[in-house]
Amino acid sequence: MLSTKHLLGIKDLTREDLELIFSTADQFKEVINRPIKKVPSLRDITIANIFFENSTRTKLSFELAEKRLSADVINFSSSGSSVKKGETLLDTVNNILSMKVDIIVMRHSSPGASHFLANHIDATILNAGDGTHEHPTQAILDTYSIRERLGTVEGKKVVIVGDILHSRVALSNIFALQKLGAEVMVCGPHTLIPKYIDQLGVRVEHDLRKALEWCDVANMLRIQMERQLVKNFPSVREYSQHFGLNKELLESLDKEIVVMHPGPINRGVEITSDVADCENAIILDQVENGVATRMAALYLLAGKQN
Amino acid sequence: MAKVSILHGQLLDITISRLSQQLIENHGDFSNTVIIGLQQGGIILSERIKQKIKTMENIDVPCGQLDITFHRDDFRRRENILTPSKTEIPFLIENMKVILVDDVIFTGRSIRSALDAMMAFGRPSKVELLCLIDRKYSRDLPIEPSYVGKVVNSIQSQYITAEWKEDGHEDDNLWLINQ
Repeated sequence: MLSTKHLLGIKDLTREDLELIFSTADQFKEVINRPIKKVPSLRDITIANIFFENSTRTKLSFELAEKRLSADVINFSSSGSSVKKGETLLDTVNNILSMKVDIIVMRHSSPGASHFLANHIDATILNAGDGTHEHPTQAILDTYSIRERLGTVEGKKVVIVGDILHSRVALSNIFALQKLGAEVMVCGPHTLIPKYIDQLGVRVEHDLRKALEWCDVANMLRIQMERQLVKNFPSVREYSQHFGLNKELLESLDKEIVVMHPGPINRGVEITSDVADCENAIILDQVENGVATRMAALYLLAGKQN
Repeated sequence: MAKVSILHGQLLDITISRLSQQLIENHGDFSNTVIIGLQQGGIILSERIKQKIKTMENIDVPCGQLDITFHRDDFRRRENILTPSKTEIPFLIENMKVILVDDVIFTGRSIRSALDAMMAFGRPSKVELLCLIDRKYSRDLPIEPSYVGKVVNSIQSQYITAEWKEDGHEDDNLWLINQ
């Protein structure tokens, strides 16, 4: 049984929680590869997907996971809604809750938005990304994909490359990897690495080649232009020359590493097309695992609502 | 906590042999038949039956395992969430005769869930149910096994546990336990 009522961030979870989600996801992965990919577990549950920020993968993945579990699903995105007319977050959500919703999956641009909701309303909250804070289900699917490819996460060396400063994926991944016993390094230009990140117990490296030579897994993050208020590097071209992963660099390493990317990919910036489509990349496995792990998280959270 | 042995050792082996004989009688060369053991109690039993048929008739019957956790009707109605076990059905069940195997039938609710779960793998031509122990007079649903090892009269507060050599026990034993 999970130790938390909500899934707000990896920080609140225990290692046992993560392992329970993984073992449950193993069974859901088998379910989504059946001829009939649906189970009736959540047929009496209604889930609202509330997205105040753009999303393709996460939104589709959650919706598919919910439907595969037979839940009733309603979708809401802030564009075209009454949020534009000045309605507050709490009012919006309370109105949705009046329609008898059991679980809320929310993405919001403000860090802590999901904690705020969890403190003020009765439903189970699942954070699908809150600003630059956390994106727990992404970290769960990332670590699950590492476990699937390498057998275990324990003892593996994982480098997270790119825009660490603005990335909720990075923070959630650091927590999840550390809880599961992996070593974590972050790599990127000085301007995109938070100043005191070493206090989280991660290594910091500014030379991509050195980072890649150290690691077993490289998680290449996207540059989040939409969150950058000032210019953190001279040009995209210069960034990609220093921190972009290309086939030449990958092949020059004296070992095989696993390449990951949470999407959306900016091909030619953080990762070139030939790397994104090569054998070492597990980017599409991550997407498939996203559905299975989200089914597991939803199933385990719903099970706590008696 | 008083416990009574219902079936054990050689007697249990004879019962499994008899059940296997009955299957051979009804399914002939098993060309169109598969066995599916239900997690967790039915897995070892289904393997034993497969072995018996192999020894008696030299036929390899395809044998799978099915977990019913996601199809149970008591999800969110019980204290603890059940952890799912492995499902592995490496064959098609479309138009096949399926023999579902479980160790104990009690209320019949697990079997209802199993029928539901099984349908995700296709539409079998016929489904039969084999249970080692039938706890009579306790059914919640109109479900009856096609093959029964032993009928036991029991009350709600009692339960049955199985010990198998495969799990590291010295001998096979089925116990009726008073709580």
